[in-house]
Amino acid sequence: MPLYHNEDQLMLKDSVGPFIAEQAPVAHLRQLRDSDDATGFSRDLWAQFVEMGLPGMLVPEAHGGLGMGHIEAGIVLEEIGRNLTPSPFLSTSVGAVAALAKAGGTQAERWLPAIAAGEAIVALAIDEGSKHRPDRIATTATRAGNGFRLDGKKSFVLHGHVADMSIVAAKTDGGITLFAVPKDAKGVTADPRRLVDSSLASHVTLDGVEVDADAVIGEVDAGGEILDALLAAARTGAAAEMVGVGQGAMDMTVGYLKERKQFGRLIGEFQALQHRAAHLYGEMEVARAAVMKAQELLDQGNEGAKLMVSVAKAKAGRAANLAVREGVQMHGGIGMTDEYDIGLYMKRDRALAEYMGDVHYHTEQVARMSGY
Amino acid sequence: MSDLDAFRAEVRAWLEENCPPEMREPVRGDEDICWGGRNWKFQSEAQKLWLERCVAKGYTVPDWPKPYGGAGLSAAETKILKQEMARIGARSPLNSFGIWMLGPALLQFGTEEQKVHYLNPIARGEIRWCQGYSEPGSGSDLVSLQTYGEDKGDHWVVNGQKIWTSYADKADWIFCLVRTDKTNKYQGITFMLFDMATPGVTTKPIKLISGNSPFCETFFDDVMVPKTQYVGEINRGWDVAKYLLGHEREMISGGDSAGELVSLGGALAGVLGRNEAGQLDDPILRAQLAAFDVDAFAYRAMGERFIDMWKTGRAHPASSNMMKYVGTELNKVRHELVMACGGSEALEWDSPETKGGARPRAWLRTKANSIEGGTSEILLNVVAKRILDLPGA
Repeated sequence: MPLYHNEDQLMLKDSVGPFIAEQAPVAHLRQLRDSDDATGFSRDLWAQFVEMGLPGMLVPEAHGGLGMGHIEAGIVLEEIGRNLTPSPFLSTSVGAVAALAKAGGTQAERWLPAIAAGEAIVALAIDEGSKHRPDRIATTATRAGNGFRLDGKKSFVLHGHVADMSIVAAKTDGGITLFAVPKDAKGVTADPRRLVDSSLASHVTLDGVEVDADAVIGEVDAGGEILDALLAAARTGAAAEMVGVGQGAMDMTVGYLKERKQFGRLIGEFQALQHRAAHLYGEMEVARAAVMKAQELLDQGNEGAKLMVSVAKAKAGRAANLAVREGVQMHGGIGMTDEYDIGLYMKRDRALAEYMGDVHYHTEQVARMSGY
Repeated sequence: MSDLDAFRAEVRAWLEENCPPEMREPVRGDEDICWGGRNWKFQSEAQKLWLERCVAKGYTVPDWPKPYGGAGLSAAETKILKQEMARIGARSPLNSFGIWMLGPALLQFGTEEQKVHYLNPIARGEIRWCQGYSEPGSGSDLVSLQTYGEDKGDHWVVNGQKIWTSYADKADWIFCLVRTDKTNKYQGITFMLFDMATPGVTTKPIKLISGNSPFCETFFDDVMVPKTQYVGEINRGWDVAKYLLGHEREMISGGDSAGELVSLGGALAGVLGRNEAGQLDDPILRAQLAAFDVDAFAYRAMGERFIDMWKTGRAHPASSNMMKYVGTELNKVRHELVMACGGSEALEWDSPETKGGARPRAWLRTKANSIEGGTSEILLNVVAKRILDLPGA
């Protein structure tokens, strides 16, 4: 497959791009933030996503979805990133769907059609400390009665306080097991925190939460592979969103270089800025290609996908970070004001950078996977 | 099975049968690379056989049309051929500035007669070309070039000097930028082709910091060039040159994304040593190698995407400038890391154990990557102006 969007994908981009730009531009994020919105996203907007069929893009057709791939999901995520749109798309429609589709079984039957229909928001309760360390999960699931008892603390759970279900990764006797924990389960408390980018992420406490045996996603002790699928999807999705954030910041900045005058000249005439802008362009293009390659390999089920996913998350992380830093710097004083949008890009990038492993984590993963 | 799947199966079978085992061994050094030309001495029977078989099939220039020595493959088919060659580690049958640079310019600007006349010997590896662009006073400011062709009716008499002419001492013909109108800077240059054996042409290799001499000074002293031997229009050679620079930048940027992903850190682990945990001995160097691998793997995806888009007309025409900039800067970092991992052994300049100082020589050679074919600074200028549309660049 050539590494560019085909006709169908371009059509998707042509419909989703204007839709998000019109319905959920940066002003939409500001409006939610300034009204102290307690949900973390607009349910009206999500209803529009549902009308477009977006929440079920990755859901297999047998479960009522569109059966599309990560390249298509990436197109939506890039537009979400470019517009800083708050939505549960990444956790619900990408991360959760990847896990449920991989696992199949009761929970897939229960939740995939609901996600596709826009009736369920799903949160991912993976992280525990303040850094992403999925190989050191301490939350426990012990057999109790007919099912399991969950104990532990989860953090950075986006939409955790409003999700209809949370996918909880826990340690069982022989490995990792994923659980579908419904919203009303007894012993679950979600304590939402406002983050730097105005999103809401919860500290989730699981205190003797009792779930039935059929709450297991996939098989007991065999959650590692399902977790891997979830992580690969969410990381690749976050990388695609970061490409959107970086591109949005870069476009805004290059635009500014063409209108701001100092010393009687457009500042874009200064070579000191031109070279930095051109360097940034190269970094963004390389990041975009890496993300597309990861999406392609994931869609193919290629065994090289895991390495490329880490490459994509690390490279997109670095490129988008450069874009927002150069963005604020090249805007000068106005870039430091709340009124101007470029700072919002910097904040969103920071949150996405941490999500599902930062640049350092994934760079280290690349070293490990390459055998050193 | 789709047509492309069928093509892949056919290519795989052909390669299996026709690529000699020796030609599937990794390239060990310059001596393993086949450049062709009148004076070429094949390094082995296998090298000769591999070239002949590829020539017969059109595979030295798979995407050129058949009448010009190619196989007439589509972009998708060419990609498959490259992937299949990479899969078995097949060496390139022929390296050639004729293929990479002059060929694309002739395909774009040449007459039908010129295409047939010049492209076939390039495809067959019979004529080796060099490029006469830079002059002592015209490096980054190439268009200021002074080598002059005086109009003598049916021929020009060319006088002047070129510099950094890669392998001029080994080339059979040169494609050369010559001023033919001193009153018009941009529209006063003609893109000429002539035989390096023409009286008045002399070359002098330049010894570089690597100790090697891949580049020459090339002198023209009353060189007669028939007025049929030019590409495009007289005085409009700059258009050809700019187009060709795009291809040179495409070539230098690599675009070779078909082979297996090779981790630099993984390759150097044996040199540097490992700690008890099996990780590279030096954690800071390990981190730098890993950061490099991220960049290199990402750039490889970029190479694949760039070629896919370039070959189908989807790429921004100036995007090869970005590719060359990123790729060459990355290659310099690679060799800094190779040197760092090699320690004092990598300082040895001529010991047999180090293959005559292969590492330091290669390291020093890479410093030219971001100078030749457009400096990084010039490339950033081009990206700023033509892609980002920044003012006054």
